[in-house]
Amino acid sequence: MTETMVSTDRLTRRYGTRVVVDAVSLTVHKGEVYGFLGPNGAGKTTTLRMILGLVRPTAGTATVAARRTGALIEGPGFFPYLSGRDNLRVLARHRALPDTAADAALDRVGLDGGAAFRTCSLGMKQRLGVAAALLGDAELLVLDEPTNGLDPGGMAAMRGLLRDLAAEGRTVLLSSHLLGEVQEICDRVGVITGGRLVAESTVAAIRGAGTLFVRAAPVDVAAAVAARFGAVTESDGGLRCDSPAPPLVQALVRAGVEVHEVRTVERSLSDVFFELTEDLA
Amino acid sequence: MSAELLRLRKWPVLWVLLGIGLTLDVLFGYVFDYLSYRTGSRPVSEDAPLLAGLLPAGVPVTTVEGMPMFGGAILLILGALAAGSGYGWGTWKTVLTTAPSRLRAFTGLLGALGAVVAGLVAAMFAVNFACAFAIAAAESSSFDLPPLADLARAAGGALLMHSMWASCGVLLGIVARGPALAVGLGMVWTLAVENLLRGTGNVLAPVAAVADLLPGTAAGSLAGALGAVPFADNGTPGVLSTLDGSAAALLLSGWTVVFTLLAGLLLTRRDVM
Repeated sequence: MTETMVSTDRLTRRYGTRVVVDAVSLTVHKGEVYGFLGPNGAGKTTTLRMILGLVRPTAGTATVAARRTGALIEGPGFFPYLSGRDNLRVLARHRALPDTAADAALDRVGLDGGAAFRTCSLGMKQRLGVAAALLGDAELLVLDEPTNGLDPGGMAAMRGLLRDLAAEGRTVLLSSHLLGEVQEICDRVGVITGGRLVAESTVAAIRGAGTLFVRAAPVDVAAAVAARFGAVTESDGGLRCDSPAPPLVQALVRAGVEVHEVRTVERSLSDVFFELTEDLA
Repeated sequence: MSAELLRLRKWPVLWVLLGIGLTLDVLFGYVFDYLSYRTGSRPVSEDAPLLAGLLPAGVPVTTVEGMPMFGGAILLILGALAAGSGYGWGTWKTVLTTAPSRLRAFTGLLGALGAVVAGLVAAMFAVNFACAFAIAAAESSSFDLPPLADLARAAGGALLMHSMWASCGVLLGIVARGPALAVGLGMVWTLAVENLLRGTGNVLAPVAAVADLLPGTAAGSLAGALGAVPFADNGTPGVLSTLDGSAAALLLSGWTVVFTLLAGLLLTRRDVM
């Protein structure tokens, strides 16, 4: 049986009459990378804050099974006058860890940590935030937009780091706008919009099976044949259907149609995300 | 506590405030009075008591007399900045997701500020003794030390006054969720509102009853009970004779506990955005 690391049960947060998070029930399994997706203002950060105990729920519960949790929530917050290394030492001491824990965390994200935090670039600050989350061998990492402000090289490094962390058996709850990144890294995703969790599944399941795209001529004959397989004709004359390729292609050939192109079109996580969030917008 | 001490120790603002506190202490405790003594701008009859206050035996009284006014303001600012800045920088959020509990994080801050208060009080006594010995040498006067009991009482009183104002600042910083409003409110309260209430109390008895219980009244009365001359008797601003020493110390302790408990309650129960 899969062990649960984070679970929320009808987690709700209202500010006055405004419902920011509306009865969200999500489950993050131990050892998985869980992508938490949603447009701006969907309630992602408030949900993560409730999971971490920074914000009290109006109703519902959030349960975290991890003994050691590291978090980066809505940008890194550090003492501006301290160096990155000293900032991590402060946090390490809060956890009763030796100062060397700060050095190890810095090495992990490839930072020197000698510069004052206020002089660091956005990307360095972001990496320092991830280093802080890694302090003390955290079992669960809650990372809110960890790639914000990173250049392409930094993003690739972060992606590699997240993969490594998952490979080590850590659980990662990751909120991100970069759907391509999420599709590559995450095992499962939850999609939140308007404060409600509208989908939660594995990345493969949420993307669904691919559709068949066929281009053939003459278009009117091809369309008539393909219609029997439930295909629809697109504006450019291409045919799209959920049927397997062999029977459709055989029928087209038998009808004397020239088949120019047959391919499977897979929906990206981005396509699904926009369908889900736009439907409910 | 070692975490908070590390970040306070490397905070330039801390050293600026402590430097200002010590500078004001020396200026108003020794430099201006000694210049006044040397230039003879006072009646001759006041020369002997003025010099006595500047010698080593007078250090306990001279040290505490400035605390109700500028000493309190500086500690209030320090407390407000130490607790309030974390909201703007986002460090409360980071610390509270790192520390084992909110209470542990809060007590760490209190412990570190307590150490700073103790260090400041020790530094003030050390600097004041240095000034007093220099003046005694310059005037070929007595190097006699104050009785140890007087020194201990003054140190205890100083710790109590500074702790109360620092905890008041911490509470304001947490209430305001930032340093600017907290410092502003604290300054308005200590420098204006309390004095206005005491003034109004002279004509309205119910207001006087309330004014007698204010934090500034307690601090000023404790300084008065420790030997500082009240402002009403041409003494130091902020020094009062409203309460006796025990009542003032008790009231100061009460305010310190109330401020600390309220600050702790707010930090541990409120949302951190």
